[in-house]
Amino acid sequence: MDIVVCVKRVPLTQEVDLEIDPQKKEVRKDMLAYSINEWDNYAIEEAVLLKEKFGGDVTAVTVGVEDDEEVLRRCLAMGADRAIRVEPGDLSLDPFVISRILAEVIKGVKHDLVLTGVQADDVNDGAVGTMLAEHLGLNHAAVVTRVEPEGNEATIHIELEGGTDEVSKIKFPALLSIQTGINEPRYVSIMGIRKAAKKELKVVKVEELGLSEDDLTPWVSVDEVFLPPETEGAEIIEGDPGTVAEEILRIIKEKGVST
Amino acid sequence: MGEIFVVVEHRDGELREITQQMLWKANELCQSLSNTLTAVIIGGKDEPFIQELTERADRVIVVEDERLKDFNGDYYKEILYRLIQERHPLLTMIGHTPWGMDFGPPLSIKTGFPIATDCVDILVEDGRLKAVRQIYTGKLFSKVSFKESDGYLITVRSGAFPPDKAGEHKGEVIKQEMPADLPEVGKEFIAFEEAAAGEVDITQADLLVSIGRGIGEEDNVAIAKELADMMGGVLSCSRPVVDKNWLPKYHQVGTSGKSVKPKVYLALGISGAFQHVAGISGAGTIIAVNKDKKAPIFRVADYGVVDDLFKIVDALKERLAA
Ligand SMILES: Cc1cc2nc3c(=O)[nH]c(=O)nc-3n(C[C@H](O)[C@H](O)[C@H](O)COP(=O)(O)OP(=O)(O)OC[C@H]3O[C@@H](n4cnc5c(N)ncnc54)[C@H](O)[C@@H]3O)c2cc1C
Ligand SMILES: Nc1ncnc2c1ncn2[C@@H]1O[C@H](COP(=O)(O)O)[C@@H](O)[C@H]1O
Repeated sequence: MDIVVCVKRVPLTQEVDLEIDPQKKEVRKDMLAYSINEWDNYAIEEAVLLKEKFGGDVTAVTVGVEDDEEVLRRCLAMGADRAIRVEPGDLSLDPFVISRILAEVIKGVKHDLVLTGVQADDVNDGAVGTMLAEHLGLNHAAVVTRVEPEGNEATIHIELEGGTDEVSKIKFPALLSIQTGINEPRYVSIMGIRKAAKKELKVVKVEELGLSEDDLTPWVSVDEVFLPPETEGAEIIEGDPGTVAEEILRIIKEKGVST
Repeated sequence: MGEIFVVVEHRDGELREITQQMLWKANELCQSLSNTLTAVIIGGKDEPFIQELTERADRVIVVEDERLKDFNGDYYKEILYRLIQERHPLLTMIGHTPWGMDFGPPLSIKTGFPIATDCVDILVEDGRLKAVRQIYTGKLFSKVSFKESDGYLITVRSGAFPPDKAGEHKGEVIKQEMPADLPEVGKEFIAFEEAAAGEVDITQADLLVSIGRGIGEEDNVAIAKELADMMGGVLSCSRPVVDKNWLPKYHQVGTSGKSVKPKVYLALGISGAFQHVAGISGAGTIIAVNKDKKAPIFRVADYGVVDDLFKIVDALKERLAA
């Protein structure tokens, strides 16, 4: 079973005081640390697990700058056979453009299955995966928490709200957007990454794909980013941990909970 | 004068709350744009909520067929594509739910209409539609505009608008057959499967001590469990704690876990992603402890503590033991 996995490198923003760039279109990213998008980490693990069970090739693809190769090397260390980076130059990217580019690349790679994450942890669009399915004419399912292939189809679990799963059958070739928790992503060591350096990492310039200007024009663009409106927000309890603890216990009691 | 479509989300003969929320916003938009509101039901024969929707929309289009009884995104996409071709709605609103995420983006590609996903607001500025989204898990807002087009698609975050049911419309019902020439669908529904009940029921607790990724490692879960026991509360958690198998699924709070309604919810090391806070809207009082003073959880909490959760947990235990 040949599998293509789409992965993205995203900035880590928890515990960071985000600053907006002067154009007000993005946050300042120069100070941020990056990592593989959490959902994509589960997707690449799932691909490698399926490959270990059923054989076949795993290709990891990203649309991104040279620094983003870090996540491709990580995928290679986890067990991907090859990786492709598409250099977007100074294109503005939105889910339409990204999915259009990915579709063009994936057309040239044998695939029974294409995996993406449910969403990217930076823009939280949750759109690229199923758009890509439409470009490629693939059967698809979103928010998948289990994949059990059998011949040329798979039984899948789709996560709905409130702990309900939808069980469905889907025919290959198919695209699945993978939800966190589907597996336990393996640990990647520095040694592992070094060893995987021998594997193929191909860089393609977006111009080489023969896409039209329409294909590379975003459908949605950011006017402005801004900090959340200052609503009332929480009343902050100040003081040393002892004082704070006393205050928390007082509030809990006041609300009618006996501790 | 154009139309606004609201794609009705329903399951097992019941409307999902997101439908009410979208109708509320669509009504407001229709007033400022002088558009008319069309609720689109794709479902089985005689879904029981058709009448209710006539009070909330100018018209209710019902496409019914036994094959549409269970959701299938491929059918939704094809049917909506044809309805859009036929009626040219300016805006089609879809829930940003697992189902909306399944057919919304493909419908955008198929119609050529741009889509903005997971939107918390929809605005009209200088006669043009704009959408407001959250990025970086709610730490930042982003206002977006669309490429010029004959129509637009927006998926709406649940909880973004009130579930208000008031409506004085007397909408007409337009029943349509399922088109005969639909392509074969690639996905076949088998069954719904409910999560198994657990040892504890977090929905019944008065006090929840809830941990997030900030708990750091598996061994630390015991520290929080001990605190919950000392306080007479129940331990719950955010999704990453379950994803890592540090706690069983029945502890999880949020859209894909449980909605809870404790008197007090003590959130330790939880950032406050919307999928989490959607599960605690019924909580009486929310107290959040987080190292990051900009964590979105502080926007929904009643009380906040900006500190290391372990320091606070230790101090709480000390006071309780004394
Ligand atoms: C379809 C879908 C469904 C989902 N359903 C759910 C759901 O039901 N429930 C749910 O919870 N999530 C759900 N999620 C995931 C959700 O989007 C977030 O990823 C998740 O809620 C984040 O969990 P968290 O706050 O624990 O972790 P993070 O976002 O990583 O936040 C950890 C927080 O801990 C703080 N912290 C770290 N160390 C400390 C310390 N020592 N002391 C104090 N604070 C500390 C950090 O500042 C940070 O704010 C869903 C996502 C999708 C796409
Ligand atoms: N630049 C990119 N390169 C490769 N894959 C991407 C890129 N952006 C998004 N994806 C894939 O699409 C999924 C959903 O992203 P999004 O729609 O942006 O939330 C991600 O989890 C990735 O699998």
